[in-house]
Amino acid sequence: MIGAEAPVFIPLAFLVSAMLALLLGVISRPLAYVTAIVGSAAALFFSVRGLQAVLADGPISYHLAGWMPPLGIELYLDPLAGFFCVLLSGITLLVMVYGRHSVQHETPRKEVPFYSLAMFLVGGLSGMVMTGDLFNLYVFLEIGALSGYGLVAIGDKRAPVSAFRYLTLGTLGAAFFLLGVAFIFISTGTLNMADIARVLLVSQPTTPIMLGMALIVVGVGLKMALFPMHAWLPDAYTHASSTATALIAPIGTKVAAYILLRVLFFMADPEYVRHDIHLTDVVGYLGAVGIIWASVMAITQKEMKRMLAYSSVAQVGYIALGIGLASPLGFIGAVLHVINHAFMKACLFLVSGSFRLRLGHSSIPKLDHGVGRVLPWTSAAFSIAAISMIGLPPTAGFFSKWYLALGSIEQSNWVFVAVLLISSLMNAVYFFRILERMYLKPRSASDDGKEAEMPQQAAPANNEAPGSMLVPTLVLAAGVLVLGIMNAWGISHIIEPMIPEGL
Amino acid sequence: MLEFIEGYYAYIFLALLFTIGLYGMMVKRNLMKKILGMSMVQISTIMFWLVSAFKEGAGVTVLNERIGVDNPDLYFNPLPHTLMLTAIVVAVITLGVSFALAIAIYREYQTLDEPSLLERMK
Repeated sequence: MIGAEAPVFIPLAFLVSAMLALLLGVISRPLAYVTAIVGSAAALFFSVRGLQAVLADGPISYHLAGWMPPLGIELYLDPLAGFFCVLLSGITLLVMVYGRHSVQHETPRKEVPFYSLAMFLVGGLSGMVMTGDLFNLYVFLEIGALSGYGLVAIGDKRAPVSAFRYLTLGTLGAAFFLLGVAFIFISTGTLNMADIARVLLVSQPTTPIMLGMALIVVGVGLKMALFPMHAWLPDAYTHASSTATALIAPIGTKVAAYILLRVLFFMADPEYVRHDIHLTDVVGYLGAVGIIWASVMAITQKEMKRMLAYSSVAQVGYIALGIGLASPLGFIGAVLHVINHAFMKACLFLVSGSFRLRLGHSSIPKLDHGVGRVLPWTSAAFSIAAISMIGLPPTAGFFSKWYLALGSIEQSNWVFVAVLLISSLMNAVYFFRILERMYLKPRSASDDGKEAEMPQQAAPANNEAPGSMLVPTLVLAAGVLVLGIMNAWGISHIIEPMIPEGL
Repeated sequence: MLEFIEGYYAYIFLALLFTIGLYGMMVKRNLMKKILGMSMVQISTIMFWLVSAFKEGAGVTVLNERIGVDNPDLYFNPLPHTLMLTAIVVAVITLGVSFALAIAIYREYQTLDEPSLLERMK
């Protein structure tokens, strides 16, 4: 029965294909691409089977090598983890399919390490999602992070510098996390999360536990680019290749947010985190400040990828805000926003990659309405994702903001409500700017004199991105719409079973 | 106060090491010094785990026939040591990756000094 074994097959599919991609890549480079696709398709299959089994029969606990937890390492698949795995492997599959032309174009002759590192990254992330053991979590975190640094470094000329910055801050985050785990291990004597939860329930909260929780939040905050700790993100996303960004942006920071959910609401008692040490308040307000600050920064950016990177910081802020609410509505909002943002941001970054392939740049001042004509489908996908980012009703983005706003109103937290409203307006400012240029701004009136003098051809023929790039983009854009329309069903059937007891 | 220092001196030194490392990572301009600081942060974290496993008067975690298995207080806690073996591996790999990146940066810009690096990146 595959369902019960699913937890171990998902990371295994990724990690095995990572190593196979490296080996087969020696024989022929396209084989690495095929391996990556097969690997992520297999992982998606196992994730879906796992989620089905979890929704039907309840959580699955897989004991690695047969050692019983709390001594052995446990892989734990509950609805939350199952859904994250499906999301993760689904997005990976789409981005990998997309990679064929984009990776060749942007980082020629580096395809083999690229696909191998990408698979290692997702393997680490999927392990992080499922593991029930704090130290194992650290190991998977570092597997994912180390391959992430490599993946960021395969980019343009400045990529190694931004990868270096990412590495120092990411390592610092991991060190804080490990220190926090040490404090918790010293005071509880166990590393299994379910076991820690049992110990914490009966023991009085002590200073080491508080310190440990705080350190873990700081460490994970660095990884998820929570507001004052986001300095590595814009550079890393801008200089990495489009495919790498489209892979890291939607799921990398989200998995860190998932760890935060796990640690704050599942491992510790939510009541304790909320009232005794006010950790969720800290996370929520940092998120709120981050939303506003990153939106302002996004408005000032001229490069599309950089703008999207700042917007990612803002979106992480929304998730942190939902976690900060520490209520069922906030939880639904945060999880829903993780899903929605994964779709929207992946779609937007894929579009920026298509722009780079077909237009040779992704600089906002250089866009004009020719783009809407040259790349009609890509532009349409961009528009849908942008509208969803702003949060207009039929799209997915509206509903997560709706739940976050409901949660804030429920707790009469008017600061959060104001932040949500103002930031939606700011999102509108920076996305309508691009939409306007794509569809309305006439050609020729270019900001750069040289280009205006270029021989004006008649409006260029439809020069759409190749199918392997277009299809994933369109699937993601359609996904944004479907998620929006189906959200009521999704929340009652999938997200509500995730809500931990005691929240 | 003296008792506190005597009882916890290992932790105090480790906190100091962690802070020095953090300072190096954040303030120093040379990328190599940043790597050194990063390594210090990692090492102090690893040492923190190891110190936590220490017990006064205990011995190595190998079954000793004179002690037997009845008195676990006479053995160190082996778990942190084994865990930190993994953490050391991770730290070494991180060092390797950071050196590789530093080499890539040096080849591209002929400098590892951050201000002049930023200057040349423009």
